[in-house]
Amino acid sequence: MPLNSPALVPLLLLAAAIVIPVLAIRKTTVAYPAMMVASFGAVVVSSYNVFRVWRNGPLAYHFGGWFPPVGIEYVLDPLSAFVALVVNVIAFFVLWHSGGIQEREIPGKSVPYHALTLLFLCGANGIIATGDLFNLYVFLEIFSLAAYGLIGIGEKKAAVASFRYLIMGVVGGSFYLLGIGFLYIVTGSLNMADVRNILPHVQGNPAVVAGLSLIVIGMGIKMAVFPLHGWLPDAYTHAPSTSSALIAPIGTKIAAYVLIRILFFVFGVESVSRSLPITDVIAWLSAIGILYGSVMAMAQDEMKRMLAYSSVAQIGYIGLGIGLANPLGYIGAVLHILNHAFMKGALFLVAANLRRNTGRSDISGLDASLRKKLPWSMAAFTVAALSMIGLPPTAGFFSKWYLALGAIDRGNWVFLAVILVSSLLNAVYFFRILERAYLLPPTRQKTGEDPHAEAGKGRGSLVGEEENTLMIPVVVVSFSLLLIGLWNATIVREIIQRILPLGM
Amino acid sequence: MTDFLFGHYIYWAIIALLMIGLYGMIFKNNLVKKLVGMTIFQVSIIMFYVASAVKGSATVPVMDPVTGVADAAKYISPLQHCLMLTAIVVGVATSGVAFSLAILIHRHYKTLDEKILMEHMKSS
Repeated sequence: MPLNSPALVPLLLLAAAIVIPVLAIRKTTVAYPAMMVASFGAVVVSSYNVFRVWRNGPLAYHFGGWFPPVGIEYVLDPLSAFVALVVNVIAFFVLWHSGGIQEREIPGKSVPYHALTLLFLCGANGIIATGDLFNLYVFLEIFSLAAYGLIGIGEKKAAVASFRYLIMGVVGGSFYLLGIGFLYIVTGSLNMADVRNILPHVQGNPAVVAGLSLIVIGMGIKMAVFPLHGWLPDAYTHAPSTSSALIAPIGTKIAAYVLIRILFFVFGVESVSRSLPITDVIAWLSAIGILYGSVMAMAQDEMKRMLAYSSVAQIGYIGLGIGLANPLGYIGAVLHILNHAFMKGALFLVAANLRRNTGRSDISGLDASLRKKLPWSMAAFTVAALSMIGLPPTAGFFSKWYLALGAIDRGNWVFLAVILVSSLLNAVYFFRILERAYLLPPTRQKTGEDPHAEAGKGRGSLVGEEENTLMIPVVVVSFSLLLIGLWNATIVREIIQRILPLGM
Repeated sequence: MTDFLFGHYIYWAIIALLMIGLYGMIFKNNLVKKLVGMTIFQVSIIMFYVASAVKGSATVPVMDPVTGVADAAKYISPLQHCLMLTAIVVGVATSGVAFSLAILIHRHYKTLDEKILMEHMKSS
């Protein structure tokens, strides 16, 4: 166990994804507990990995005993161990929540769905842990194919949204493949550490520059950076609630992680900025994306669609942090990967609870009766919304703080203004919902007709009729935002700052 | 100049294929034609890798008693071919998912025309 723990999480999830459909042939109810066991195992192993990396430094595992650069290597350094833990923890809570909602949203399909979620997580963990460029492509495709399936399984329009995502995603993945082809032709290696050592000798080679550009564009599509975000709103809106809550926090973050890994840990900041102004391009596009996503989010009436556009804006923060290419921006970007995963996870789970209870999640349909019907969900929504806006002491404040410091450090006042203005825009579109949910008096026929509301009143309990499976994960995820906020200094000092990129 | 044009003719052919594939994916309205474009796009990248492994006066990477193993430069690099085997498998899986989505779309809407589908998407 100690020596092979980097490879253990992806393999565990892959094995579970294969075993679950077999187990569930006789009895379909086995699938959900089996999935939860696998997901919990992933959480345990990845927390153990974080602890070991924190104590002893980076871990490496060589498949089949072949040493790099020949063999495939799995590496866990503080960055990858940390991102893996974030992904597995958020996935655990979303999957827990899925138990209460699945039979209603996708009746009869839950067994393949469970297997698909585990395949999705296997891809994500593989991308994070691998130290090999081509292996990363394979896991990227596993991850993306599972994501197309997770989206396409939803309502009628989901198949079209998923198809469009597939076309875009294939272009992104193929660009990445073409990019590493260019790199391989020049360097003759696919191992990330090896490529990093060879690249200084081939400085300024046009094939390397072309390869880097292709990789950045490919990952930009997967990450939904501003002009390449076209697939995202439809895909998030029409997917089943669990899929949105799983893909929104994890999907785009993984691409952001790959971008960080390739730009900062394979190429290094200096060689990136010497040949092409790639980081500047990323930063400016992200800044436009932040404003565009926030403005579009204000215009939406459907809550999941609003959250999807808000995701475009939040991805912009991460892109901005990457594009700043200084230590503060980098800390902001990595911290925002954590924060946004928890915020978006919580918000999409609340949207799922709304759909479960009222059948839809239109903002114009919200009123103060929700405060009584779904008190915990609405409280969770409030905390997550405050964190999105960036009020201290919630987690969202601190990543924006680091990004703002990074922008000041860079001397770029436009970016600082963008961060501040977008916080105001966030406030506008979230307070719109909070105002309705807490202050707008309910219309009479709604409370009269709804039997659930009567039952809740009859019991007179504060919990309303929220099911535990639906309520506890939402509350835990959203209130942990406060904890992350309070302990952000520890996270930054002990984990993120332990591995700063080359040349920062 | 002629060397630039004709010395790398295989890469020009690959670029042409890439562009045909991209054109199909972006401008064709029929979803199946989009998938044809997607396949051409993926195959052109596979050809790019395989072309990069080509070497004059070298043989297949299987140990040949006549050539011996003393001079590895007499064999072409097998790695690109291995990588592309994986990429072909990935491409097949992608096509499979894409076609099943297309079937699902056709079942729901009775059409594969993207313009009509986009109108369906806009109306709620």
